[in-house]
Amino acid sequence: MTTTSDTYNYDPTQPADRRQTGGVTGWASRYVDERTGISYVVREFGRKIFPDHWSFMLGEVALYSFVVILLTGTFLTFFFQASMAEVTYDGSYGPLKGLEMSAAMQSTLHISFEVRGGLLIRQVHHWAALLFVASIMLHMLRIFFTGAFRKPREINWVIGYVLWILAMAEGFTGYSLPDDLLSGNGLRIIAGMVEGIPFIGSWLEWLVFGGEFPGTAIVGRLYTLHILLLPAAVLAFIAIHLVFVVTHKHTQYAGPGRTNENVIGVPVLPVFAAKAGGFFFVVFGLLMAMGAFFTINPIWVYGPYDPSPVSAGTQPDWYIGFADGALRLMPGWLGGPGGVPMEFTILNTTYSLNILIPIVVLGLFIVAVMIYPFLEAWVTGDRREHHIADRPRNMPTRTAIGAAGATFYVVLFAGASSDLVATHFKLSIESVITILQFSLLLAPIAAYFIAKRICLALQKKDRQIVLHGYESGRIVRLPGGEYIEVHEPVDEYERWKLVSFNDYEPLMIRPNAAGRIPATERVRASLSRWFFEDRIEPVTSTELEVAHHH
Amino acid sequence: MAAMNSSDTKPERRRRGRRSPLASVALVLTGLLITGGAYALMSAAAPANASVDLSSAQSIQQGKKLFAANCATCHGLDLAGSSSGPSLIGVGAAAVDFQVGTGRMPLAQDAPQAEVKPRVFDETQTLQMAAYVASISPGPGIPASSNLTLTGDATKGAELFRINCAMCHNVAGAGGALTEGKYAPNLMNTTPAHIYEAMLTGPQNMPVFNDQNITPQEKQDIITALKTQNKDAGVGGFELGSLGPVAEGLFIWIFGLGAVVAFTVWLTAKGH
Repeated sequence: MTTTSDTYNYDPTQPADRRQTGGVTGWASRYVDERTGISYVVREFGRKIFPDHWSFMLGEVALYSFVVILLTGTFLTFFFQASMAEVTYDGSYGPLKGLEMSAAMQSTLHISFEVRGGLLIRQVHHWAALLFVASIMLHMLRIFFTGAFRKPREINWVIGYVLWILAMAEGFTGYSLPDDLLSGNGLRIIAGMVEGIPFIGSWLEWLVFGGEFPGTAIVGRLYTLHILLLPAAVLAFIAIHLVFVVTHKHTQYAGPGRTNENVIGVPVLPVFAAKAGGFFFVVFGLLMAMGAFFTINPIWVYGPYDPSPVSAGTQPDWYIGFADGALRLMPGWLGGPGGVPMEFTILNTTYSLNILIPIVVLGLFIVAVMIYPFLEAWVTGDRREHHIADRPRNMPTRTAIGAAGATFYVVLFAGASSDLVATHFKLSIESVITILQFSLLLAPIAAYFIAKRICLALQKKDRQIVLHGYESGRIVRLPGGEYIEVHEPVDEYERWKLVSFNDYEPLMIRPNAAGRIPATERVRASLSRWFFEDRIEPVTSTELEVAHHH
Repeated sequence: MAAMNSSDTKPERRRRGRRSPLASVALVLTGLLITGGAYALMSAAAPANASVDLSSAQSIQQGKKLFAANCATCHGLDLAGSSSGPSLIGVGAAAVDFQVGTGRMPLAQDAPQAEVKPRVFDETQTLQMAAYVASISPGPGIPASSNLTLTGDATKGAELFRINCAMCHNVAGAGGALTEGKYAPNLMNTTPAHIYEAMLTGPQNMPVFNDQNITPQEKQDIITALKTQNKDAGVGGFELGSLGPVAEGLFIWIFGLGAVVAFTVWLTAKGH
C-alpha cells in the first residue's frame, strides 16, 4: 500500500509550477490525460503510418458519406412520419392538393416543400446514400484487384462485404419510406419475389407486409430497420473494420524500401489527419453541391403509391439494379414461347422458376464475392502474410476473374435499364433483352480472356523494360548504315516496382502420408494449374546481370 | 493617373501589332450570337397563327390538292388506304392536325413508328388537309381553344395520367419503351392541342381515349397536370432528364465518384 502513491499522475508533493507548464493548453491536455489516459492512444494511434496513394482513400469516401447520411438522416427523422394512415394532402404543392395519400408521403412532401432546407437535406441524404454504396463498391474493387484481401485481411474483407450488404439494405429500406409510386412499385417487386419462394412464399409475404400487399404496416417496419437496426449494425461493423485496419496496418504498393515488414507513408498526426479531415469536407461539400443542383427522387412527380399504376421506366436505385436486371433478363419460357414454361404447378404448389432462378443466381454471385479470399488462399496454398498490394497485372487470373465478375454485374445492371437503353439508342427492347441475355453468359467469358491477355502482355512489357530499358525515341544511324533505337535503362527506383512481386507455380500433386492422393487435392491442383499455368516470371537478379552485360 | 496609364498602354499595344488573345474568341462569339439570334427570331416568326375555315369549299379544295400530291401515294386518292398506308376514313381533322402538325406525316422512312420531326407543311396547309379529310367522312375534330386553357384540375389530371398514361409515357411524361422498337414519346414539349388530339385519335400504338372514356374536362385536367408538372419539375435542381434512378445512378458513378476520385488523386499527388 505504501507504493500506491506513484501510480497516480497527480502528485501533491510536486512544486506547483511543475504542474502548470504549458499554459492553458498544457493544463487542459494534462486535465484530460490525467482523467482518460488518452495520451497513450494519441501516441500509439497518432504515429500510425498510412501510405499515400489515391486508391487507398476510397474507403474513407464511404465513411464520410456515411457520416453525411447520419447527419442529414437525423434531420429528416425530425419531420418524417412513418405511418401509412390515410390523409388528404393539403400542403403547398398544388398538383397534389386534395389527393389521398399516406402520412409518410405527406410528411415527405412537407419536408420537401415546407420545411426550411428540407428538400436540400433530403436530396443530400439520397445522393450521399448513392455515393456510399458506389464508393464501397469501388473500394471493394480496389481491394480485390490488388489482392489486399489476402492473409491476414480475409476477415476484414468479409466485414467489408457485410457492410456492402448492409448498405444496400439501408438504401432499399430508405428508398421505400416515402411511399411514393416509384418506391411502391419496387416494394411490389420484392413482395412478388418473396411470394415466388415455393411453400413458404405466401406466408412469408403476409408476415413481412402484415397482410395482403401493400397493407398498412410495411413503412413503419422498414423505418425501424432503416433508422435503428441497420445503422447500428453499419456503425458496429465500421468500428470493427477500422480496428482491423489499425491492427493489420495498411497495405502498400511495392517500391524502394517498402517491404512486407514495414509501412512507408505519413503518420496520422498531423499529416494524415489533416488531409483526411480536409477530405471529409471535400466529400461533404460535393454532396451538398449535388443536393443543391441536381434533383433526386422527385416524389412530387411520382405521386402517392397506388397499386394500380406502374410507370414506364420504373427502376430501383442503382445498387439494387443488378437484382432487377436479373429478373428482367430471365426468360419466361425456355426455348422461346411454345417451349418449356418457367412457371408451373405441381400438386397445388406453384413453382416460379422465372423468379427462383434469378434469386439463386444472385445468391451464388453474392456468396462468391464473400468467399473469394478463402478460395484463392486454398488454391494457391499460400499461408504467408501479405502486406504488399499486388499490381493487378501480376496476378493475371485473379484480375481476369474480377473482370468477369464486374462484367456480369454490369450486364445485370444494364438489364435493369433495358427500356431506357431501347428508347435512347432507338433499339427494339426485345433485341436489347436478347443481346443482354447472351451477354450475361458470354461477356464475362470474353472479359476473362481479354483481361488475362492484357495482364500477361503488360507483364511481358515490364520484363522487357527491366531487361532492356525503355524506348527512348532516339533513332541512331550506325556507321554501317543500320538504324537502331536507343533504349535507356530504367532507373533503380522504377525497377523496384517492376520486379518485386510474388511468383506462383502450379501446385504439384503429392500423395499424403497415407500414400494416397485425395480427390480434393486433385481439384485443388487443377484449379492451381488454371490459375498459374500462364505466367510471366519476375526478372531475377541473374537475368538482370546477364542483360546488363550485353 | 488613369489617363496616363491608358496613353501608355495604347501605343504599346499598337506597336506590338497584336490584338488581345481574347479578341478572336470575342469576334467568333459575336458572330455566333448574331446568326443564332437572327435564326431564332426568324424561325419564331415563321409559324404565323393561321385561321382556316374547315368547312369552306375553298379549304377543302386546297386540302384535296395537297393530299393528292403528298399523301395519296400511301393512303389512296379515296382515303381508303393501300398496302403501304392505313385508311383515313373516319380519322377526322384531329388526326391530320396531330400527324402532320407534329411532323410525323409525311413519313420519312419505313420505321417501327412515325417519328416527330420538323414539320413539312405550315399551319394553313395542315388545316386545309384536315378540312379535306374531315369532309370525306366525319371523325374527331380539332379541339376548341376553350378546351386547352390549362385551367383544369391538376391534381385530378395527374391522377388520371398516372392511371391511364404513365405505364407507357412514364409518370413524368419522359416517355418509355414499347415492343419491337416502338415507343411512347416524351410529352414535355408537346403542345396542349397535340396532346388532346392524341388522346382523341390514338395515333401509332396509343389507344383511343374518347370523350366517353375520358371526358373533355378530364382531358383538360390531364394537360393542365402535365404542363404544371413541367413547370415545377425543376424545384430540386436539374432534373437529369426525369429518367429516375438509372440517370441518378449514372450521375453518381460518373460525376459524383469521378469528382471524388479526382480529389483523391489531387490529395495524394507528389510534391505537396
